[in-house]
Amino acid sequence: MTTLPASTAKKLGLVIDLDICVGCHACVISCKEWNTSNYGAPLSDMDAYGENPVGTFLNRVHTFEVKSAGCNAQTVHFPKSCLHCEDAPCVTVCPTGASYKRVEDGIVLVNESDCIGCGLCAWACPYGAREMDAAEGVMKKCTLCVDRIYNENIPEIDREPSCVRTCPAKARHFGDFADPDSNVSVMTRERGGMELMPELATKPVNRYLPPRPKADISGDIDILAPLLAPVPENKGGFMGWLDKALEAI
Amino acid sequence: MHPAPSVILFTTLSGLGFGMLFFLGLGVPEISGWTAFGYFFIGYALAVGGLLSSTFHLGNPQRAMKAFKQWRSSWLSREGVLAVLALGTLGIYAAALIFLDMKLPVIGIIGSVLTVATVYCTAMIYGQMKTIPRWNQMLTPVLYLVYMFAGGALLTRQVPLAALLLALATLVQMLHWVIGDKAFVNAGSNIGTATGLGNLGQVRLLESPHSGTNYLLKEFAYEIGRKHAAKLRIISVLCIGLLPVMILSFSTGGYLTIVSALVLHMVGLFASRWLFFAQAEHVVGLYYDKHRA
Repeated sequence: MTTLPASTAKKLGLVIDLDICVGCHACVISCKEWNTSNYGAPLSDMDAYGENPVGTFLNRVHTFEVKSAGCNAQTVHFPKSCLHCEDAPCVTVCPTGASYKRVEDGIVLVNESDCIGCGLCAWACPYGAREMDAAEGVMKKCTLCVDRIYNENIPEIDREPSCVRTCPAKARHFGDFADPDSNVSVMTRERGGMELMPELATKPVNRYLPPRPKADISGDIDILAPLLAPVPENKGGFMGWLDKALEAI
Repeated sequence: MHPAPSVILFTTLSGLGFGMLFFLGLGVPEISGWTAFGYFFIGYALAVGGLLSSTFHLGNPQRAMKAFKQWRSSWLSREGVLAVLALGTLGIYAAALIFLDMKLPVIGIIGSVLTVATVYCTAMIYGQMKTIPRWNQMLTPVLYLVYMFAGGALLTRQVPLAALLLALATLVQMLHWVIGDKAFVNAGSNIGTATGLGNLGQVRLLESPHSGTNYLLKEFAYEIGRKHAAKLRIISVLCIGLLPVMILSFSTGGYLTIVSALVLHMVGLFASRWLFFAQAEHVVGLYYDKHRA
C-alpha cells in the first residue's frame, strides 16, 4: 500500500486562484467544521479557550507581500492544503501502509487505524500539509472531502470539497486534472497554473493561478477622484439662504 | 527540526549498541562464558534500549508492530525488520558462545553484516529527506556508520582501532557540518519557489496563518538552540574524538581509560546529535518566512 500507484484513473485536485482570494479564512473554518465532525478522528484543539490555543487544521491561509522595484507592493493571500502529489513522498516513507494514494482518483489518504503517529510523513512533506493530532496521536490531512464528493445523501451541488463550496470569492475550484477539458485543466492552461516547489519533484496535482498583472496607476490618484470633487460651499438661491440662516442660529 | 530526546537517545544508543554487536559478531575480542555474557548484555541493552526509546515519540505506540510491513518502500520499516533480524541472528551466536562454548563464525558474520545494514537504514530515514537539505547528503549514512564503528571499537576495547575511528568520526562530522551549512541554499528552495510568486518580485510573509503556534512550527521550525551552535560544535569536536584519542594514546586497554574515553565520546555524540536535529531546517519553514539567508 505504501508504494505509489504508477498512474491513477483520475487526478482529483484543486485550483486556487491567488488573484481572487481575499484572505477571509472561510475555507479554513468550513474545512475544520466538516472534517472535525465527519471522516476519521476529530480535529482537536488544545487549550481552546486559554492563553495559547493550538489546534489541528487541514487548510491554512498565509498572507504574503510581493515587492519589486518600480511597482507597488502586492498582497497575496495564499491558502495551503494537501496538494495530492503524484510522487507523494509522504506515502513512501510510511512504515505501516497507513498513508496511501488511491488508484481510482489519486486522493492521498491516511488509514487512521494503521497510523502509529511516527510523524515521518509530515517530515517528508515539503508543504506542511500534514499535522499530527495532539489528542488522537494520528496524522491528519486534507481528504479532498472524500466523504462529500461521492456522497449521495447530500444535494449534488454540495458534492465538492467544503473549502470550495464555501469560498465566497470563488477563488477555489475542484476537478479532475486527468481530463484535459475539465474546468481545472482549462484554467491551469489558460492562466499558467503553478506547481509549488517544483524543484522537489513531488509533482503536485493542485495548481495555483498567479495574480494577474496589476494596472499601472502611478500618476492617477484614483479613478474615482473626479467624483470626489469638493461640493461648492456657497450655494445660491433659496437653499443657500436657508443654509446660511440655519448656520447663524 | 525539534530535537526530541527520545530520538536522540534512540539514534545514539542503538548506534553504539549495534557497533558493539558488530565487533562481537566478528569474534572480537576473544571472549567466552560469563565475560561474553557481560559484553553481549551491554550490546543488547544499548541496542534494544535505543529501539524502545524510539517508540516513546509515537502517537500510538501500541500499533508499533504494524511498522514491519512496508519494507519495500520505507526506510523506517526496513530498519525495524533488519534490527529484529540482526538481534535474532546474533542472539543465536551469543547463546552458542555463552552456554555451549561453541563458535558459529558464519552466523556471527551474518549478524554483523545485519547490524551495519540496520544502522544504514536508520541513517537513511534522515538521509532520504529532500525536505531537510542538511540531512539529504551522502555523508549522512557515512556519519552514522563511522560513529557506529568508532563507538563499537571503543566498547570492545580495541585501543588503536578505536582511536583511529574516533579521529575519523570527528573528521566526517566536521565535513558533514561544512556541507550541511550550505545545503539549504544549494537545494534551491526559497520563499519564491515555495509560493510560486518569486518571479513577481521579493516575497515576504505579511501575516502568519495563525496567531499562535502549531504542530508544524513546533516540529519543524526549532530555533532555540541555534545561538549556541558554535559553542556546541566545539564541545562536540573536543569530546567526540580529540580528548578520547588523547586518553587512548596513554591507554593500555585498562577499564579506567576506556570508560573515561567512552563517557567523553558520549557527551560529544549527544551534543552533535542534538545539533543534527536542532540545526536542520525543513523547507516548510519557508511558508512561515523562517529562513532568512
